[in-house]
Amino acid sequence: MRNNNHLQIKKMTFSRSGHILFDQLDFEFKRGKITAILGPSGIGKTTLLKLIGGQLQANSGEIIFNDIPIHDCDQKMLFNVRKKMGMLFQSGALFNELNVFENVAFPLREHYQLEESLLTTLVLMKLEAVGLRGVQHLLPIELSGGMARRVALARAIALDPELIMYDEPFTGQDPISMNVLLKLVQQLNKTLGLTSIIVSHDVDEVLSIADNVYVLAEGKIIAQGSVEEVFNATDNALLQQFLCGHNDGPVPFHAKAEPFVQELAKVNL
Amino acid sequence: MISSFVSAVGRTILAVIQVTGRACLLLKRILCVKPHKKLFSLFIVQIFQLGVLSLPIILTAGFFIGMVLSLQGYYVLVAYAAEENLGSMVALSLLRELGPVVSALLFAGRAGSALTAEIGLMQSTEQLASMEMMGVSPLKRVLAPRLLAGIVTLPMLTLLFNIFAIWGGYIVGVYWMGIDSGSFWSVMQGSVDVFADVGNSIIKSVVFAFIITWVALYNGYYVIPNAQGISRSTTTTVVVSSLLILAMDFILTVFMFGM
Amino acid sequence: MSIKKVSEKRIEFWVGCFAISSVIALVLLAFSIAGVSLQGKGKSYTLYANFTNIGGLKERAPVKLGGVVVGRVENISLDVDNYMPRVRLSMYANKGYYSDTSSLSIYTSGLLGEQYIGIIPGFIDEESEMLSDGDTIEDTKPALILEDLIGQFIYSLQKEG
Repeated sequence: MRNNNHLQIKKMTFSRSGHILFDQLDFEFKRGKITAILGPSGIGKTTLLKLIGGQLQANSGEIIFNDIPIHDCDQKMLFNVRKKMGMLFQSGALFNELNVFENVAFPLREHYQLEESLLTTLVLMKLEAVGLRGVQHLLPIELSGGMARRVALARAIALDPELIMYDEPFTGQDPISMNVLLKLVQQLNKTLGLTSIIVSHDVDEVLSIADNVYVLAEGKIIAQGSVEEVFNATDNALLQQFLCGHNDGPVPFHAKAEPFVQELAKVNL
Repeated sequence: MISSFVSAVGRTILAVIQVTGRACLLLKRILCVKPHKKLFSLFIVQIFQLGVLSLPIILTAGFFIGMVLSLQGYYVLVAYAAEENLGSMVALSLLRELGPVVSALLFAGRAGSALTAEIGLMQSTEQLASMEMMGVSPLKRVLAPRLLAGIVTLPMLTLLFNIFAIWGGYIVGVYWMGIDSGSFWSVMQGSVDVFADVGNSIIKSVVFAFIITWVALYNGYYVIPNAQGISRSTTTTVVVSSLLILAMDFILTVFMFGM
Repeated sequence: MSIKKVSEKRIEFWVGCFAISSVIALVLLAFSIAGVSLQGKGKSYTLYANFTNIGGLKERAPVKLGGVVVGRVENISLDVDNYMPRVRLSMYANKGYYSDTSSLSIYTSGLLGEQYIGIIPGFIDEESEMLSDGDTIEDTKPALILEDLIGQFIYSLQKEG
């Protein structure tokens, strides 16, 4: 019987240049669900995705994907596991010397020896899914930010992955493309039965489509559960500040400094 | 004051050692990678990028350097009534030193910097990371074909540089200074040896090509992922590879042509 | 950054041109600049000669007969038995053989030019034999050393004065 948890992270610790980014974290990502990971900027959300993809090594703990321990895979196995994972990078990360069609075709060309007609069919299907069949001959620099992200999404699903990770997919998008992306994420999740992980700090948008939520702060998970559970945890001040975006609270408005009056007194000596 | 100076020197030395180690490890990883299935066509594209696009600067520079060399050489030699030896002087100084070194310096400026900027951009826009996430090794798909193409391209460019420079030298010597064309060629042929001079010229440029491409790939791969980082890496590539070329040239010359 | 799309065909064309022209460059360097000739070398035989002084003679220096190159210096070593430089010559077989009365001298081309060996063929009679592979030429004249000449010149001036 297959485990209901598609991806599981147990007691993972990760530190970079002496600074502990994640301290003994546990995550469970359920098969076919959208899980959101929220947290303020600079908390290492992208790093978390890279850990899942095996691009970085955790200091301790386990990362298990489809019963395969990612944390001690060799390079070859890792490359095989990654075919089952898609990742949408924050910048889109399209190859700028290839046009849209070739970008989406890239993973297929690299991994399989397909006939050109079959390849074209597959690529057009993926582009149709994101609604961008019409721009297949353009180069990435000729696309708007939202379009580039949709092309990147088409490329991420080119190998028909089981798991897809979104790194800040909604940052810097206008309302229309934001909604398009939201719809796409939801739709792909349903139609392809993908397990989705969204890392973001766009609280409202993400929570409108997520099934489960983790909220990170200061290297720890400060809240987890379904969307309602997280919203209802009113006793957690830090969480509420983050969700509602108050400018002062547990995360202070002022950076750490000596009292203003004291510093001014020194200046006016 | 002195202690801070000493510790700064120490830090620099440690940093250099660390960079060297990291560059060696990167090289090892590139060399250990299994060849990509489309290696040949990737390689051809890189020959175009690094070689064909560097041709204009290499050929123009070669032509002018040959002319200047011939002109200056003539004024020195004519003082000893030895201007008949101009052909030999031009050919030997080009084949032994100027050809490999100048074309390597130009290659570092033209192709090495472009290589660093390209890889650096791919790294900082997460293109390499996304390639890795698609299960494609960037070392195999991006770095290895470039290293190979770099090593093959520069010797080819150097050969063409030498030809154009000798041609430039011939034009100045024979048409301008009036040296007899026959003696220009025969003195040259009498003094140039295929293996000792042409062969060593090629060996030198293979070594330089390896250094430039390696430095360029390293600086691109380990770029600080922002615009400033890319520009700094590009500069570092040109500076470091130029210095290494000159140092290596001295070492190779000592080995090839004696102390 | 220019994103000019160069088609695959054109890339292949230019890379092909580049490769062919660099092969041509290599051939030109070897044949017209280094002066390698395909038939020239042919067969050769080795002769030895001991000089008292070889001056600035280098390996690969030509052996000339009346200005025609008939061989090359292959190796210069010191004969430890009698402390004399020993020169190994590679003589072109198609330029003929010489009798054992032939002599060698070291000359300089021009005032400051490269040094070369001149061979003066000896007479041929009943007593002389033709030199063959591995033989040694006995009759040699050393290189003229400019410093010695100047020294002798000054010495003779002083004697006159």
